[in-house]
Amino acid sequence: MNNDAQSIQTSVKDYLMKTFLPGEDPESLTPDTPLISGGILDSISTVKLVTFLEEQYKVEFQAHEINSDNLETLTDIAKTIQLKSAARA
Amino acid sequence: MMKLHQFLEQSARKYSGKTAVVDAERGITATYGELQKQAESIQEQLAAAGVVEGDRIGICMPKSIASLAGLFGALRAGAAYVPVDCTAPAVRNALIFNDCAVRAILVAGHLAEGLCAELGNGRFRNAGELAFLAPYGVPAILLVAEPQTQTPFDGVDTSNLAYILYTSGSTGKPKGVMHTHASALAFIDWCSELFAPNADDCFSSHASFHFDLSILDIYVCIKHGGKLVLLGESLGKQPAKLAEVILSERITIWYSTPSILRLLSEYGQDAQHDRVALRVVFFAGEVFPVKHLRAVMAMWPKPRYFNLYGPTETNVCTYFEVPASFPAERTEPFPIGKDCSGDVCIVADERGLEVPRGGEGELFAKGGSVMRGYWNLPQRNAEAFFIDKNGGRWYKTGDVVKINSEGDYEYLGRRDRMVKRRGYRVELGEIEAALYTHESVSEAAVVATPDVENGVVIRAFLNWSGEKSPSLIAMKQFCSKKLPLYMIPDKFIPVGTLPKTSTEKVDYQKLLEME
Repeated sequence: MNNDAQSIQTSVKDYLMKTFLPGEDPESLTPDTPLISGGILDSISTVKLVTFLEEQYKVEFQAHEINSDNLETLTDIAKTIQLKSAARA
Repeated sequence: MMKLHQFLEQSARKYSGKTAVVDAERGITATYGELQKQAESIQEQLAAAGVVEGDRIGICMPKSIASLAGLFGALRAGAAYVPVDCTAPAVRNALIFNDCAVRAILVAGHLAEGLCAELGNGRFRNAGELAFLAPYGVPAILLVAEPQTQTPFDGVDTSNLAYILYTSGSTGKPKGVMHTHASALAFIDWCSELFAPNADDCFSSHASFHFDLSILDIYVCIKHGGKLVLLGESLGKQPAKLAEVILSERITIWYSTPSILRLLSEYGQDAQHDRVALRVVFFAGEVFPVKHLRAVMAMWPKPRYFNLYGPTETNVCTYFEVPASFPAERTEPFPIGKDCSGDVCIVADERGLEVPRGGEGELFAKGGSVMRGYWNLPQRNAEAFFIDKNGGRWYKTGDVVKINSEGDYEYLGRRDRMVKRRGYRVELGEIEAALYTHESVSEAAVVATPDVENGVVIRAFLNWSGEKSPSLIAMKQFCSKKLPLYMIPDKFIPVGTLPKTSTEKVDYQKLLEME
């Protein structure tokens, strides 16, 4: 599993496009697009995203971590995953 | 008590040679004297066919001097007229005429055969062409029903009924809203008070006769000896031509839905708007998005603008005069204003108790302009009215409002257009108002449908003028700046012009059926 920031972003973006944004132009989802405050992920989709991240990267999220501080943009998500992976290793 | 057709009698005595009506589509006119004679002639033909007081007369004709005379002829005969949309399917019109058991029908010649086929039951006979005294545009056939030996409507009080307007019910079956001469008069008299119409005024008649906006156009105009300009079904939808007629006929009083005004401001731009004679512009029937209202007021800065509010069941029961200028950043629609004289409204909770001032509740209306009831629907009538402990009869409008700090009612939405999403109450109209602020959105309509997974799915249909289709990501981000997250639609669907009902309101039923 390649865990550099760029590949995390690419694979999370693929997941988001496929699951929540079918038919959308991939270019409109940038590393800085606000996913939660921008209304793109509602609470149910956010939980689905977290489940995906946990399975894909073998990390765990506590309930209080599921928020826009950790998951607001693709950049934030990659950073969160890297921190969690580092802590586990 | 005064009857509606007596306005025509009075004006015909006072202004016999003055133009009463102009058919702008066909380029013909009639004086007050001629219109009165025409109405008398139709009354005689109806009486000869056996029509008596308390009967109903169907009118299925394009808007024309002939159909206008038909309304007055029916009233003169002591009957209530039942106008229908002559462009609607014959099966629907036949359903309406059979529902209220019309005694006779004035039907345009080219529609007679189709309508007869749908009326079925062999009750109607063709009594021949209606005789007109002049070429008034539309040849019409008189259909006459055999009198019924027993009336199935024992519970319906037909005395002093003036007209029955059928509105589409939420169940899909149209309901007949019965208005008496008295309930129409209460409204017409209030209009006289509000803007002091006079014989120099020229009124637009944009709404079809089956639409309640027509009551103001026709009767306020005729009462004051003004000139009524009939804008027929096809002319009514051509903004460039409408703009020309407004100028050439020197229309002073305009009344229509906001959507027509918007069309005028977008596509009627070539006209010399600084020369218009308009002094009052009324709009009603739906919320006027502020960005479009602003464009109309920029096009015609001189007239006074009024938002008239009221379901068909109440005539107009509240009104609001739009200030001549307002902040450029304003996006929320204007209030529906204060009670019309003669009517009283309250904001009520679910038990019918008035809520504390400023609280939200359903608007109840009581007073002279409220309908007698729905034709032959005792159950619906029982549900439609709240009877207070003093016997006061309040029509429950189904509209949720609150009183703002200026004492005006603010319209918050339809009770039946409020949905719960993730536990929050969502008013679909509020989402529409937010979408209207998008530069590429010229029309927006939002519907909610139940969904197994998400509880409710909110879809926004957009008349979209942008080059590319709306991007879900961009639209959600746009909405997130205007709305709480739980109100952001799940889907944004570009559809071109939104589907409309025959009264030019957004057809939500059709949108709900779209995938």
